[in-house]
Amino acid sequence: MKILVPVKRVSDPENANKVKVSGDGSQVTADGLEYTMNPFDEWSLEAALRLTENGSNKERVGEIVLVSIGPADASQIIRKGLAMGAERGIHIEAEDENLDSHVVAQVIAAIAKEENVDVVFLGKQSADGDSNVAGTKVAEMLGWPLVNYAMSIATDAEGKTFTVKRELDFGQQTVKVTGPVVFTSSDRILQPESVKNGVTPADFAYPESDGARHTPIRNIMQAKKKPIDQKSFADLGVEPKRVNEYVKFELPPARSGETTFVESVAELVEKLHTDAKVI
Amino acid sequence: MTDVLVVAEVSEGQPRKATLSAISFAKAVAEGTGGAFDILSIGDGAESAAGALTGFGARKVLHTEIGGGYVSETFAPTVAAAAGGYGVVTACASSFGKDLLPRVASKLDAGVASDISSVAVEGGDILYTRPMYAGNVFGTLKITTPVQVVTVRQSEFEPAAESGGASPVEAFGAVDGGDAAGRIEVVNLEVVKSERPGLTEADVVVSGGRSLKSAENFENVLEPLVDALNAAMGASRAAVDAGYVPNDLQVGQTGKVVAPKLYIAVGISGAIQHLAGMKGSKTIVAINKDREAPIAQVADYFLVADLFDAVPAMTEEVKKLK
Ligand SMILES: Cc1cc2nc3c(=O)[nH]c(=O)nc-3n(C[C@H](O)[C@H](O)[C@H](O)COP(=O)(O)OP(=O)(O)OC[C@H]3O[C@@H](n4cnc5c(N)ncnc54)[C@H](O)[C@@H]3O)c2cc1C
Ligand SMILES: Nc1ncnc2c1ncn2[C@@H]1O[C@H](COP(=O)(O)O)[C@@H](O)[C@H]1O
Repeated sequence: MKILVPVKRVSDPENANKVKVSGDGSQVTADGLEYTMNPFDEWSLEAALRLTENGSNKERVGEIVLVSIGPADASQIIRKGLAMGAERGIHIEAEDENLDSHVVAQVIAAIAKEENVDVVFLGKQSADGDSNVAGTKVAEMLGWPLVNYAMSIATDAEGKTFTVKRELDFGQQTVKVTGPVVFTSSDRILQPESVKNGVTPADFAYPESDGARHTPIRNIMQAKKKPIDQKSFADLGVEPKRVNEYVKFELPPARSGETTFVESVAELVEKLHTDAKVI
Repeated sequence: MTDVLVVAEVSEGQPRKATLSAISFAKAVAEGTGGAFDILSIGDGAESAAGALTGFGARKVLHTEIGGGYVSETFAPTVAAAAGGYGVVTACASSFGKDLLPRVASKLDAGVASDISSVAVEGGDILYTRPMYAGNVFGTLKITTPVQVVTVRQSEFEPAAESGGASPVEAFGAVDGGDAAGRIEVVNLEVVKSERPGLTEADVVVSGGRSLKSAENFENVLEPLVDALNAAMGASRAAVDAGYVPNDLQVGQTGKVVAPKLYIAVGISGAIQHLAGMKGSKTIVAINKDREAPIAQVADYFLVADLFDAVPAMTEEVKKLK
């Protein structure tokens, strides 16, 4: 199975409350924040790794190609993915300001075709833009079925059909889908038994964790030898024309008022009843 | 003049309440630009749901019956076909809207403004404002394509009220889904049924975190307070991941976004991704044994206590008020 995993460089989402807006409101500035792999992409990459390895001995049984569209140092995000276990990377250099989900989706769809992959596995959203659009657009551009918010995936022996459970607002839907296919993941894709690929022993469980796998130094060193191809929009036949034009950014209004610390339940209920008048 | 098409979300022959937020948005755009809005009711039970949508001032209500359960592959071609002539296509930013509308947009070569919190019409432009960076920045954008696709955040758009009148109802023919639709099939849908108010609709939400330690404690410790307040129950990701409650209760960046009058976070630390889903609430209460917990950044009232003592005691106090 060959899987394309798009990975975006984003400013550290754990410190998203420290991003600022330029004086004229024209830009978001993340000065002083580190850049990381979009966590939603990291989850999808972890799921893709589990689809393409024998979990019990970590032998690779498929191939993962990473793609990142972004400034020069987006290549470091690709390196991180290579250290986690992906085989190759493709970097399309671009400034973040010139991108939107539409342009990104066109690039990803073009690469999916060129690379003839079985699966494109995106994050459900960028942790900076929070759009949640590119994955679905990619599926339509390719004319492929799509399963957003996958929480578990089981493949048949040939890796051609997938039984996927996904999270919806009001419950869980199970679909059966024949590849090639586009997936995005939900938080639960990282659970110990969420991915079953027909190669990993059926009773194997990954360790409990709330994030993707860590990369030992040895893997980081080895990843330096893995190839990253540089490509341009022109190489892919994509005209990078944005359709979303941001005219202004603002910080949200600060919450008014201090935090009132209360000592007893009686005091809390009294305040909610007589001051806040909410119960 | 911009005409708007609202895609209604249908469940068991009724429109889901989320649809009413999309209608509010459509009304605002239609009024601001001097256009009109129509509604497309689509899915299993679409015709009967259309009947429930005729009193909101739409120019017409279309309906297309599509069986086999919801997947974007079978719905999107019909929505795209119905969208001819409209300047804006919209739905609520529920899992339905977020799953369906970008596919429709792609068919129409349209830009998408997703999960918007407000809209303004200025000059000839429609300006969409949306939270980004887990709610830490608000961005305002224009879409430059002839058709614009928009999903709206339910907690920011009041549900439309019926305004009388009777919009004419028309059938709209389903369009074949093609190859993609032929490769996906719904096997099963597990719907979580609850007698309680819906998380995105309730006036009061009580959420529990990892610290509740078990499904039994959610039931025995938290639920009595939830019910005493006639509230909806919510949870942190950690509580959902641990299997204490189903995923549809998750509040946050990857769960639901809520903005009730009262939000009570019980044993929830207040991670940035959790705050993204609840900091728009009017009054926020934290019950936590650690007074340094980051939830204090947004809490109006903070009870420093062990939840296993405080929650049952609070349930009793609340009952006394009734
Ligand atoms: C990309 C991404 C997306 C995410 N999306 C979401 C999301 O949508 N929603 C979400 O909630 N999280 C989300 N998370 C996870 C988030 O970062 C936190 O890990 C999670 O919210 C923590 O849940 P918690 O507060 O229940 O647990 P903890 O952080 O472990 O906090 C437990 C709290 O309970 C208190 N406590 C413990 N025992 C007691 C007691 N007996 N009485 C009173 N207080 C007690 C502790 O002091 C502590 O503050 C996301 C993470 C990532 C990386
Ligand atoms: N610049 C980018 N480079 C690579 N992948 C991206 C980029 N932007 C978005 N994506 C992918 O598309 C998904 C959805 O993004 P978005 O529509 O921006 O929320 C992300 O989780 C990534 O998998």
